[in-house]
Amino acid sequence: MATDAGRLTTTAEPAVRVRNLHRSFTKDGGVLNGLDLDIAPGEFVALIGRSGTGKSTLLRALAGLDRDVTGHGRIEVPDAVSVVFQDSRLLPWKRILDNVILGLRGADAAERGAKALAEVGLAGRERSWPYQLSGGEQQRASLARSLVREPRLLLADEPFGALDALTRIRMHALLRRLCETHRPAVLLVTHDVDEAIVLADRVILLDAGVVDTDVRVTLANRHRSDPGFAELRTLLLDRLGVTAA
Amino acid sequence: MTATLHTPPPAAVDDLTDTRVVRRRLGPGRRIRFAFWIGPALALAVWSIGSATGVIKPAILSAPWDVVVAFQDQWVHHDLLGNVLSSLERSVIGLALGVVTGAVLAVISGLSRLGESLIDGPIQIKRSVPTLAIIPLFIAWFGIGQEMKIITIALISLVPIYIHTHNGLRGIDGRYAELAETIGISRGEFVRHIVLPGALPGFLLGMRFAVTSSLLGLVVVEQYNAVAGIGHMITLAEQYGQTDVIVVGLVLYGVFGYCADSAVRLTARRVLAWRQTLEG
Repeated sequence: MATDAGRLTTTAEPAVRVRNLHRSFTKDGGVLNGLDLDIAPGEFVALIGRSGTGKSTLLRALAGLDRDVTGHGRIEVPDAVSVVFQDSRLLPWKRILDNVILGLRGADAAERGAKALAEVGLAGRERSWPYQLSGGEQQRASLARSLVREPRLLLADEPFGALDALTRIRMHALLRRLCETHRPAVLLVTHDVDEAIVLADRVILLDAGVVDTDVRVTLANRHRSDPGFAELRTLLLDRLGVTAA
Repeated sequence: MTATLHTPPPAAVDDLTDTRVVRRRLGPGRRIRFAFWIGPALALAVWSIGSATGVIKPAILSAPWDVVVAFQDQWVHHDLLGNVLSSLERSVIGLALGVVTGAVLAVISGLSRLGESLIDGPIQIKRSVPTLAIIPLFIAWFGIGQEMKIITIALISLVPIYIHTHNGLRGIDGRYAELAETIGISRGEFVRHIVLPGALPGFLLGMRFAVTSSLLGLVVVEQYNAVAGIGHMITLAEQYGQTDVIVVGLVLYGVFGYCADSAVRLTARRVLAWRQTLEG
């Protein structure tokens, strides 16, 4: 069932701490307006919200990719942060394994990369060029590239947005499994309410640059058949201004 | 809910009819074998027939067979091989210098704003000044020896390398740079793994232009006080009115150019295996 979880239930030091974060692209209106957020180590948080409510801006701020955006506030993130983008962003001129281990140091880099590829089900594709992979496989390779760096925080900006519905379902299961194994804190930006509920421990809804709703997902099983699923879905869609049928 | 499973009907074994709707082809169509040689062969045929029938006078253009004889004569009595090697040496050294300098300048100017403001302007200005017009100045600076010749060739091949490498580099998708930032690689690694491979297609295109530019430079500089080289051979032939020898020189330039261009294209096809293009 969904319960309100405005404050953190763990006493441990959070992996991510954001306080009073402001970001704006224009003079008149801010995209983020004093946002506060904590993410516990190993916690999977899905970030939803209508277009232009600051989801990606927040994610980019956490990723350190918002040099040219004005604003202020406090951000604390772990040292090891990985980002999964909507596009796989594999370098077309590097074979899959070289993409996965890009910039890794150490003699065992190739070995670790191959292991990560096996983990996402791409064993044997090490020598392939990115264009030889399907969209879903490319996105899995990009997941492997993120996970091989053992991130304490995984930031994912609509990672399944460009995939077809069937591939998406498989990717959900894969991502859940990987996160349970590696236990990074996760912030997943998505447009898809169902995806948020299926994947996350906690769903945060942004509106006008602040946290509008913050719910913990405590479903017995993460499936549409769970009675709590529909209830949570209706609640979130309602907050998004969509009257669920 | 009902589900209907369709099982395909048993296939007719003997039916080999092939009915299709075929659209008119708009692309260039299938490749022709030895396509490259058709044009040159045709030109050679016209040349041979013209010479044989007397339409093309020997004073205007020597007959192909006379050119072959002249080639033999030059090879045996006038050290044609020495001339060829001497020309090759000049253009290879000049080209190498030009390519390395052009590529390095392009990377510096492509990656740093300061570098761009220092380098890009002068090169664009130099580009609009024909290198051949600077030769008199170079003669004043470097004399009429080998230095002047090599520097001229280097300068003339530097420009296309710079332009195309710079263009290729700036055309690299900004999202790759963003990715590089998120995985925290150093600037050196960024250049090695992202900038150089990303700019490679541009560089190779520049290379094709540079190769032919270097030959152009070669033709011109060898008119000045050369004691060996194809240009020297042509200059002498000009003085003696030997059109057959001039044609030998021209053919050699053509062969050089074609071989060099093919080498670059072959290299490109191998190192750009990661691309999916119409080249196939």
